[in-house]
Amino acid sequence: MSTLFEEIPPAPADGVPVRRVTVTVNGRERTADVEPRLLLAHLLRQGFRLTGTHTGCDTTNCGACTVLVDGLPVKSCTMLAVQADGHEVTTVEGLGGPSELHPLQEGFKDEHGLQCGFCTPGMMLAAKALLAENPRPTEDEVRFALSGNLCRCTGYQNIVKAVLWAAEKMNGGDQ
Amino acid sequence: MSTFVDNDQRPLGHGRMLRKEDRRFVRGRGTYVDDISLPGMLHLAVLRSPVAHARIVGVDTLAAEAHPKVKAVVTGAMLAERGLAWMPTLSGDVQAVLATDKVRFQGQEVAFVVAEDRYAARDALELIDVEYDVLEPVVDVRRALDDDAPLIRDDLEGKRDNHCFDWETGDPAATAAVFDRAEVVVRQELVFPRVHPAPMETCGAVADYDRVEERLTLWATTQAPHAHRTLLSMFAGLPEHRIRVVSPDIGGGFGNKVPIYPGYVHAIVGSMLTGRPVKWTEDRTENLVASGFARDYVMQGEIAATRDGRILGLRSHVLADHGAFNGTAAPRKFPGGFFGVFTGSYDLEAAYCSMTAVHTNKAPGGVAYACSFRIAEAVYLVERMVDLLAAELGRDPVSLRMQNFIRPEQFPYTSRTGWVYDSGDYPRAMAEALRIAGYDELRAEQAERRSRGELMGIGVSFFTEAVGAGPRKDMDMLGLGMADGCELRVHPTGSAVIRLAVQTQGQGHETTFAQLVAEELGIRPDDVDVVHGDTDNTPYGLGTYGSRSTPVSGAAAVLAARRVRDKARLIAAGMLEVAPEDLEWTKDDSGGRFDVRGVPDTGVTIQQIAMRAHGAGDLPAGVEGGLDAQISYNPDNLTYPFGAYICVVDVDPGTAVVKVRRFIAVDDCGTRINEMIVEGQIHGGLADGIGMALMEFIGFDEHGNCLGGSLMDYLIPTALEVPDWECGTTVTPSPHHPIGAKGVGESATVGSPPAVVNAVVDALALYGVRHADMPLTPSRVWEAMQGRAAPPF
Repeated sequence: MSTLFEEIPPAPADGVPVRRVTVTVNGRERTADVEPRLLLAHLLRQGFRLTGTHTGCDTTNCGACTVLVDGLPVKSCTMLAVQADGHEVTTVEGLGGPSELHPLQEGFKDEHGLQCGFCTPGMMLAAKALLAENPRPTEDEVRFALSGNLCRCTGYQNIVKAVLWAAEKMNGGDQ
Repeated sequence: MSTFVDNDQRPLGHGRMLRKEDRRFVRGRGTYVDDISLPGMLHLAVLRSPVAHARIVGVDTLAAEAHPKVKAVVTGAMLAERGLAWMPTLSGDVQAVLATDKVRFQGQEVAFVVAEDRYAARDALELIDVEYDVLEPVVDVRRALDDDAPLIRDDLEGKRDNHCFDWETGDPAATAAVFDRAEVVVRQELVFPRVHPAPMETCGAVADYDRVEERLTLWATTQAPHAHRTLLSMFAGLPEHRIRVVSPDIGGGFGNKVPIYPGYVHAIVGSMLTGRPVKWTEDRTENLVASGFARDYVMQGEIAATRDGRILGLRSHVLADHGAFNGTAAPRKFPGGFFGVFTGSYDLEAAYCSMTAVHTNKAPGGVAYACSFRIAEAVYLVERMVDLLAAELGRDPVSLRMQNFIRPEQFPYTSRTGWVYDSGDYPRAMAEALRIAGYDELRAEQAERRSRGELMGIGVSFFTEAVGAGPRKDMDMLGLGMADGCELRVHPTGSAVIRLAVQTQGQGHETTFAQLVAEELGIRPDDVDVVHGDTDNTPYGLGTYGSRSTPVSGAAAVLAARRVRDKARLIAAGMLEVAPEDLEWTKDDSGGRFDVRGVPDTGVTIQQIAMRAHGAGDLPAGVEGGLDAQISYNPDNLTYPFGAYICVVDVDPGTAVVKVRRFIAVDDCGTRINEMIVEGQIHGGLADGIGMALMEFIGFDEHGNCLGGSLMDYLIPTALEVPDWECGTTVTPSPHHPIGAKGVGESATVGSPPAVVNAVVDALALYGVRHADMPLTPSRVWEAMQGRAAPPF
């Protein structure tokens, strides 16, 4: 069992209820004892040290915390960790490996679809969900699918190109 | 899955090269401040004022202190006992670290809690009881200097009003003279409303104070780590050699992360008190309400011209809202920033600007969000005034600009306010924008649509930027000269490390600075490691803002590399037993080398020279071992990039919704180190400019409540609100820069808002609209269409 918040004593404060959750994260089953109010984003970041998932706002607008829950894009700042109990979560760390990149990761790099990199994990996961549902999206469809994800650096154009690049690649096209 | 191939299309030198940074960012392996977790680390949360102006009667922290996970609760009174309640700002004012006597803006820091986790810290905030005696706030900038306006800064001795500073530039008498004899004078009040840079990552810090060594390490979201170290030392009394500031990966800065915020100091104090590392991460609301805003200028514009369209003069008075404390980041002699370049790209006879800055009960800031020290406001003023003049004269806005441009042969050109523009070919850039846009066809289409009652607008903006602060004779911050250090070391096996004073926040320095060294030394960019952000491991310099990295630090990197090459020549001469002047530097795709002049393939490569420099065997007399160089670059002048922007909008006559259909941006930043990165910078800046023009606004109600305090209200463009950008290029190098490169990062943010506003006003010509202030939201455009255009507050 992994302990949430490695920097604090495992025993919660008096009177705080704790729930055990088991989540399959990037294919690996992980368990933690959490307060019911803990946000999924914080379970991933602090509990499991998967810090590629970011938080950029407090009102569910920015999408920097987007992960896939059972394949669907979810803003993990707006889901409780206990709600993920028994579900499968994919984060950016589960997209590719140290030496292998998912076509989306490759596309973002190749088309310069990122700058500061802060929105990038959430953006790629939202795009992954889009391509799973619609393997050959138009530019307008990409823009609509990513409209829950804010970016301050790129002006979006190269992100759209990156997603179309990945779609082409995943459809067997040669880049 | 596919195998990852590093696709360096330009192994040596300038040109498109994919980014080294992306390797970690696309894998979620960046290290941003909130990713840092240290053993025993505690978490900090800040209690903020719910009101804009109030006396603090009492702060009761007993219940918070009793919370089982709370380690410390700190109030302004506790800091005051230690002399830490007030800190200096980058513009020489002071700002409250925690409020002591009273609060002066909504969201101001009143107390903070250090607890075992961030949930507990937030819980404890709710257990603190503060009694406020609410005072009338100063919200309306136009009434801040009224006799009966409440006094905000009673902390300053002898202060009787809300005046912040006065500043002027240009020649008032000469300007009055040209206005007297002008055939046409156009006047307009222009408001550039308060907006916010809102980087995706908010501000934060992890402070770790070592009580044994008396050393402080501060990981922080800072664009200027060295300047922060110096300021912290001056303020906190710790010697500078025992403060290490580390700026790790930063999730965007946009000028928001130049100032020192109270939260950084809270984290330091928290760590000193508890003896444990302390993390502070603000949320989005705190970022929008309390950290550095941008703009907030009310500008009275006047332009004088002859009937045939020759612009004679420009005059302006600016009323600047600086909030409760003057936290503006600007060179000391430039309290109004570089607003003095407000004469723009035009050769006119006289200009004058006066400025009055005031305090209000709002958060401090002003210089941020890619403004290049107030050039965003200056460009907006001149580009709107020229359009208003064109409308008055019944002229096409392009031909009026062409008529008045500073001509290429006039450079270097000294403006009427004393700025020496380094180089420019404005007609060429404008012509390129017209070509990409198909300008004549657009005007024909507009005439045809207008005849059907459709609202199509075409807006033009031509801007001249001034970036690369700056020459140390003129520019400093708190007495620190605005030079940048750079240190380059070539290892024995021929790879290298370059250490920079500047700090990227996404602009790609790890890639482009490696390219600069690659071009000069013939070492592959992948073999050049770029180190930045850690004050223990980088030379001193003032950081990244004002698009100054390429003009200042880029020049430093090039000159350091050339110094290494000069030394390499001496070593090569010794190796080849010829005179140094008999050697010829050559570089091809395999790398750089010195060959004996006239005898090809006799030479030694830079790698062989590096091994000799570190290795055994004699070096020529007077040459030390190693292959290193360091430099602190003091620029001769700023660089003056420019651009021609054309925006095409459609306005729905039923809903007043503005749709940006096309945006053409021709930018000239001289030599382009990496055109892929330049273009990405421009795309981002254009989205910012469209956001400012159409959506973004930090407003206040009459009680001083901030109305733009979350992303529910502070609207940022998504992928749906921006078009496909159409970028073009001309290249007019800077004559004083070692490779002719100018800065560019802020150009698009500076140049695009007037293009959008000019386009919307052009679209509304059918309704007789002459001007409407940003943000041009549907409701504000609708009001303008009804003849009720009003300032945004």
